[in-house]
Amino acid sequence: MMKKRTTKWTLYIFVSIAFLVLVSIISLCTGSAGIPVGKIISILIDGKGTAEYSILLDIRLPRVILGFAIGGALSLAGVILQGMFRNPLVEPYTLGISGGAALGASLCIILRLNQIIPNVAMPLSGFLGAFLVILPVYLLNIKKGILRMHGLLLTGVMISFISSSLVILILAISRTEDLQGIIFWIMGSLEEPSWVLIWTACFVSLACLALSYLFCLDMNALTLGEEEAIHLGIDVEKKKKLLFLIASLLTGISVSITGLIGFVGLIVPHFMRMLVGYDHRVLLITSFLSGAGFLIFCDMLARTVIAPVELPVGVITGILGGTIFIYALSRRLFL
Amino acid sequence: MLRISDVTCGYGAKIVLNGINLEIGKGEFAGIIGPNGSGKTTLLKAVTRLIKPYKGKIYFEDKELYSIDHREIAQKIAVVSQNLPIISMTVREYVLLGRMPHYKNLQFFETESDVEVAEHAMTMTDIMKLQDSYMSEISGGEMQLALIARALTQEPWMLLLDEPTAHLDITHQVNILDLIRKLNKEYGLTVIIVLHDLNLASEYCDRLILMDRGQIKKTGTPEEVLNYSDIEEVYKTLVVVERNPLSQKPFVLIVPEEVKKKCRR
Repeated sequence: MMKKRTTKWTLYIFVSIAFLVLVSIISLCTGSAGIPVGKIISILIDGKGTAEYSILLDIRLPRVILGFAIGGALSLAGVILQGMFRNPLVEPYTLGISGGAALGASLCIILRLNQIIPNVAMPLSGFLGAFLVILPVYLLNIKKGILRMHGLLLTGVMISFISSSLVILILAISRTEDLQGIIFWIMGSLEEPSWVLIWTACFVSLACLALSYLFCLDMNALTLGEEEAIHLGIDVEKKKKLLFLIASLLTGISVSITGLIGFVGLIVPHFMRMLVGYDHRVLLITSFLSGAGFLIFCDMLARTVIAPVELPVGVITGILGGTIFIYALSRRLFL
Repeated sequence: MLRISDVTCGYGAKIVLNGINLEIGKGEFAGIIGPNGSGKTTLLKAVTRLIKPYKGKIYFEDKELYSIDHREIAQKIAVVSQNLPIISMTVREYVLLGRMPHYKNLQFFETESDVEVAEHAMTMTDIMKLQDSYMSEISGGEMQLALIARALTQEPWMLLLDEPTAHLDITHQVNILDLIRKLNKEYGLTVIIVLHDLNLASEYCDRLILMDRGQIKKTGTPEEVLNYSDIEEVYKTLVVVERNPLSQKPFVLIVPEEVKKKCRR
């Protein structure tokens, strides 16, 4: 019985890794200049200086790595929040973090801060915006040391509305040359010139994955409800706050670096829950890996479908993710 | 084992329990009875730390309840609550969750002995055959048994049950209470059980605690507590108290309005 479970879990993890690796390789090969799979390694080793080398290393590899970090981070945040709220419709953006980040980024653009300190200003103001929004959401809902989950959800949704209204206001009064910048940022993209930021995203999301494993059993107990989790000896209030912190950090870092890439944090965790089951011991890692793979895949489609024009990756995640999800859901109903 | 001393608690501004004093000894089988809204469930919630008393203290094994570590409490007190789990996990996985308080730090997987304890609990509650069924697929009675099995898997010293027999037919009612009684007798498990059915309470409990409007009206053996004057006063309903011819325990019969009128004539 236990052996059977171990085999099953190993299989799930193996399949997600295989999916991730496969997608990454395909993504490295495809683009305006096709590079055969077999040549990748030889180009990387002794192709220094050639055009193919710089395409691989400077254009495609950063996107794949960033896709790995952000896709993983968003779906991990989704799993944590859905488990914590016991609500499958919760996603990383429900709590208003995305709205705050969008507001911060648009302010940064119209105030021309990104021209004063390029590269850093946008992510920094996005992160600040996210932080300034999540703080009141959190503080308004903490009463006598107890984090009220329903309140958290409602305030988060309302704050999202408020900040998106403010973003629209900014759009309405901003100059035409700024409009495109704001809209493109909001739509989200894995285009990121700074290696420092890419590695930061990678480090934060992997660290949070490791950290979340400290709470995997607590999250299992929380699926039974807060009262039952207390009966099982879990310090629910403490764990909820820590998990909320991890999820906010993951979302904040993703949003501030890549803009708003929707649906990954909603669909991937949901889909994995359907496939792998409730147990967070395997759900966390498989969601991270397949979320990463999914985003890399979507990004590849986004830059190839109507090349040389690049589509916003959020469009692909929404259409593709939504369609696959509805298909899976209807199949399950009929089975 | 458990001492509740002058506890007042409630939800927000609404006070539900008012100055409760109660002591439960080791190995006792105590039943809490009383009308809806008299504070039975709230009393259990205070003992399991779901709500914090405004005033007064609760002691478990002579230690103040809030000074004990969360996990340590869960190792000693198990709760069968009224919330039925509606999730897609198998009965076996659900019962195994009961081992969680016993896991060491950074222990992610259950050990052989954890599995043994869980299997023993499932055998005792007779749900071994259901172990691979999903919690959402089994009947209400079976789910209740799974809840008890999970609580037993915690290997507690004290078991708190909140109406474990609600919505069950008489076969399941008797099975479940027989089982709890057996655990009480054979393993010395201390049991506190909230029951709505006065007759089940009378048959199974050593001691009854009758609650009324947030206070303890009376405690004692079923014979002492279940007399028609106290019951009528607390429940505001006309009853007749007889004896069960086999067990000699008190037996509370209700009197419908029509019969009441007929008798008056």
